[in-house]
Amino acid sequence: MSGSEFVPLSLTPLLIGILTAVACALPGNFLVLRRQALIGDAISHVVLPGIVVAFLLTGIIAAWPMMLGAAGAAVVAVVLIEAIRRLGRIEPGAAMGVVFTSMFAGGVLLLEQSDTSSVHLDVEHALYGNLESLIWLDATGWSSLFDPVALAGLPVELIRILIALAGVGGFIWLFWRPLKLSTFDEGFARTVGIRADLLGFALVIVAAVAAVAAFDAVGSIIVIAMFICPPAAARMMTNTLEGQIGWSVAFAVLSASLGYVLAGYGPLWLGAADAVSAAGMIATVSGMILALAARFGPCRARTGAPLNS
Amino acid sequence: MIELATHDGVKIDLPDIDSSPLAVRGLTVSYGQKPAVFSVDMTVQPGAMTAIIGPNGAGKSTLLKAALGIVKPLSGQVTVFGRPLDSQRSRIAYVPQRASVDWDFPTRVLDVVLMGLYRELGLLRRVRARHLARAMDCLARVGMHDFADRQIGQLSGGQQQRVFLARALAQDADLYLLDEPFAGVDAATEKAIITVLKSLKAAGKTVVVVHHDLATVTDYFDHVFLINTRPVAEGPVAEAFTADTLQATYGGRLATAQVDQLARVLG
Repeated sequence: MSGSEFVPLSLTPLLIGILTAVACALPGNFLVLRRQALIGDAISHVVLPGIVVAFLLTGIIAAWPMMLGAAGAAVVAVVLIEAIRRLGRIEPGAAMGVVFTSMFAGGVLLLEQSDTSSVHLDVEHALYGNLESLIWLDATGWSSLFDPVALAGLPVELIRILIALAGVGGFIWLFWRPLKLSTFDEGFARTVGIRADLLGFALVIVAAVAAVAAFDAVGSIIVIAMFICPPAAARMMTNTLEGQIGWSVAFAVLSASLGYVLAGYGPLWLGAADAVSAAGMIATVSGMILALAARFGPCRARTGAPLNS
Repeated sequence: MIELATHDGVKIDLPDIDSSPLAVRGLTVSYGQKPAVFSVDMTVQPGAMTAIIGPNGAGKSTLLKAALGIVKPLSGQVTVFGRPLDSQRSRIAYVPQRASVDWDFPTRVLDVVLMGLYRELGLLRRVRARHLARAMDCLARVGMHDFADRQIGQLSGGQQQRVFLARALAQDADLYLLDEPFAGVDAATEKAIITVLKSLKAAGKTVVVVHHDLATVTDYFDHVFLINTRPVAEGPVAEAFTADTLQATYGGRLATAQVDQLARVLG
């Protein structure tokens, strides 16, 4: 495929897919190790009521009010999950399950009862997103990468996920030591003066920002898969946290690019007429990578002492 | 001096709080309806090795965690070297229960010991050769220098406990608080740990240990603090660790045979 075809039609969806995968996989490493991986699932579901409420308040379909609505709903969900977990003294998974199903169901009801039938707000879009449509029409070829006029026409989703990725990366870089320490040994972390509770909350908020930025472009399927699959596969490749982060980024990039290509061309190679959903294929590839790592990864043996022995 | 607390926890002749490495006043902690620790006063003697002793569920670990600010008490005051806890964190080292963390966490032995240098390194200061040398030295003191590059999940329980102790040594503190360091470890580890703790005491440090093995109390410690949700007795081993105070602490939970055996040990 030539640059004049590839750059406008495939470069930006591919980049957005890769950046999204990495932005979700990075905080996913800590969430998986803290046994909070389900939070990605929770956030991507509560985004729906947030978007509907934002639409009802503003009356328009516009990106920023919806992003704010989604982020607001994510914060409400995280606070609710913490409150239920502490007041009810139950495990975090159960608290997450209660909160996100209720909020998602509320969003569906809200969507049905309100006059939103005329606008494009549907559950299917929320699940799969529409990665393939994020094309760069102003581009004519590789030279457009250096053309300010063409660059101004880049899909806004690309800019958003870039900002989100910078935020996620910056947070993890800056708070690397306290994050690692409080994930491994929260009690000890508190005794050396780390505000482990605040840091845990900040981590979930950062993950929510990544999920919301990603959700708009690629839907919740990728978000859920990328929070869990690349970090979980990476854990089985190495025994250091630094190594795990590196492997998870590599697996995220591989899932996104391989998934995108397979979705676009795989069915054609098999003789089918149409391409399949890129988001679905990317999530599937990440799952297959996890399965391979679970079977062949060098560090998959669990050897530690059982908890609460 | 031995102090036997009355049932409402009132005591006379409280030692000077200002000279104590760790003083707790009126501490009550609750996880639910029932208090785990109720109205505890404790004054740790400087330069001594103190054992916190009591039956399972008596609030020993909770007392330690509340004194360190890990769990929030309902009421009570904690002073460290006569000052508020937060201003003295650099002078405290802590060894949590081994079972409180996930040993499958992806990290190496040396990285765990370096965590003890967090207050020195902060968020972004670089780990330099002298930091690594100090961490290796701490590992050597617990006999684990050959395991620096091992993943922590590959260690035995006793080795894991020694790594935790090495991390506490790296904190270079004046007050060492250890939660059940001898639980489920091999004899070699127990010996290594007690040797290190005695060397800390010889260097003028204060050591407080949550301890469950009544048979070794007289060998290892100079002071005891007996607790069963409420404080029972506090003082030098010879005075406060008696058949009477043990009976008061454990109530019916100590079998008669055990009491007889201990009475023989205690003379």
